[in-house]
Amino acid sequence: MAEKQFKVSPGSLKPEDDFYKKLGIDSLQALELLSRLENHFNIELPDYEVQGVSDFKTLAERVQARL
Amino acid sequence: MLDLTKYNSLGEALRDALETWPLEVCLYESDRGQEKERITYREFKQRALPLAKWLQDSGFGPGHRAAIIMTNQSKWLISAYAVFFCGGTLVPLDYKLRPEEQWKLARHSGASVLITEYPIWRQLSADPGRAEAETLKTVLVTEAPTNADLAGAMRWEDARATGEPTIVPRSREDLACIVYSSGTGGTPKGCMMTHGNYLEQCVSLTTWYPFWPGVKYLSILPTNHAIDFMVGFIGPFTCGAAVVHLRTLRPEFVREAFPKYRITYVSLVPLVLKNLQKGLQARFDELPPSKRRVFELLRKINVALTKRRPLRPLSRLLLKQVHAGFGGHIEAIIVGGAFTEPQTLQFFYDLGLPVANGYGLTEAGTAVTVNDLKPFRADTVGKPLPGMEVRIVNPDADGIGQVAVRSKTVMAGYLNEPDLTAETILDGWLMTGDMGRFDREGHLQLFGRKKNMIVTEEGKNVYAEDIEQAFDGLPVKEFCVFAANYVWSSRSMVGEQLVLVVHLEPGKAFTEELKQQIVARNNKLLNYKRVHGVVVYDEDFPLTASMKIIRVALAERLGKLKREEAIQPI
Repeated sequence: MAEKQFKVSPGSLKPEDDFYKKLGIDSLQALELLSRLENHFNIELPDYEVQGVSDFKTLAERVQARL
Repeated sequence: MLDLTKYNSLGEALRDALETWPLEVCLYESDRGQEKERITYREFKQRALPLAKWLQDSGFGPGHRAAIIMTNQSKWLISAYAVFFCGGTLVPLDYKLRPEEQWKLARHSGASVLITEYPIWRQLSADPGRAEAETLKTVLVTEAPTNADLAGAMRWEDARATGEPTIVPRSREDLACIVYSSGTGGTPKGCMMTHGNYLEQCVSLTTWYPFWPGVKYLSILPTNHAIDFMVGFIGPFTCGAAVVHLRTLRPEFVREAFPKYRITYVSLVPLVLKNLQKGLQARFDELPPSKRRVFELLRKINVALTKRRPLRPLSRLLLKQVHAGFGGHIEAIIVGGAFTEPQTLQFFYDLGLPVANGYGLTEAGTAVTVNDLKPFRADTVGKPLPGMEVRIVNPDADGIGQVAVRSKTVMAGYLNEPDLTAETILDGWLMTGDMGRFDREGHLQLFGRKKNMIVTEEGKNVYAEDIEQAFDGLPVKEFCVFAANYVWSSRSMVGEQLVLVVHLEPGKAFTEELKQQIVARNNKLLNYKRVHGVVVYDEDFPLTASMKIIRVALAERLGKLKREEAIQPI
């Protein structure tokens, strides 16, 4: 989803990647990614749950915990 | 508005505000587009006083300090009022800091009470820094789930006692808050702000940008920040206005809030304002040619008609769709915390959305100068607010010197730092460390910070931040200009030069094309203002919570590189 949203080539993102660094996005764009994840999985991810999270793996764990 | 000249403390002023507008709404709280709370001034009082009584019963009072680490929400303001009511000092801390930083500041402040939210407390309580906060006796945690392990804390919701608490009078000289400026100046400093500082600032600001019952301020900047504390709490509350809090700060919910609540004021940092500009511009660019032509014509008419002063109702009529997106009731967008590019300010003003840009610092009690919109000027940071004496110390041939401020809003000093206070406040004048000059109309223009500058061989002073505008829009992730001698300290006064530090977009290389773009922009500058080299830096720049580059920290990191190897001459 991140690859699609930020238009990077498929397969170029790894779970341990720092999405701020790798995608070069700012905090506002990261929040937009969260909203997409929420809509996709039909879950709610409160802002505090993802405060300080910057890699895909941890983000996925937080999503998993809410499923 | 209350006549604040009659009051000696924030506690007393707020108490009277709660009595004056009992049925007006003071707080709206929304989460994911759904309103969760709507609190009147009377209800605010009913929620705050039992907490105040509980604090008093537990021995909290004058001389005691309560730290608060919360996101923007009603319990932040309710707790703050309870602290003021008891005569205590509030220590608003940034919820975006790391736990170890929060503990460091809580310890430095000597707080005996900490008020926080459960998710924040989970991280704080697990951090080893907790052991060092020796003065801390009580931790109150809001919104903890049932059966949650509170790790020695107590539920905020249970901190209630019955009976009338007694308001503790304070003098204007007593401490109201200890505010840690996240600033770009390195180690955080605890600014001791008095009740008088805030009361004076509130009168001063609301003279130019008034609040009244019915006004709705959208609170996005963290409330611990000096700007939001003033315009998202003290200002609206002493005028009977309302504050809107969003528990989820996603762009889509922020966008929704404007029309939903018919927002009157909002404060933003330049980064967000710039993003907003990009988004709007993209939408304008997508308009079909015919609509685009009509839009441009209407914008031109608006520009012509609002040259001398804003005409908000007219602008709302002319550019109806743009204004509808903002709810159609915006008086001004307040922007602060960092320097905003003139072209961004102009962009919004041309749409009939005045931006109240200004200049301020926590030490001076928030704002020093603000755009008075008479007429709007994008190229300055405005005029000194009423009650502010601003002078330029040791101006050079161009009239540029250090900005010094004297006013009743200037802090009492830095907590536990008498030497630093003595260096910063000289004979009652706050030395800002910022360089500026006044133009003929009495507007202040800024020219960077005192130390990150060069003096050319021709005797010209050049300020690194001033040069940065020339590189705006460069296709890199972020950039910054430094005086090389500021980064790699040199005892020599010769060979001073500026360098452009760029952090490339991920996966991008420093290509010849990019280099040529830099050269082309550089060449547009007067020769003595040009950068002499580029440093390609492949790590994120350190940023403050309000997204400002922490120049001191970045310079320190860059300083570890070898100067000769790091700088690529251009």
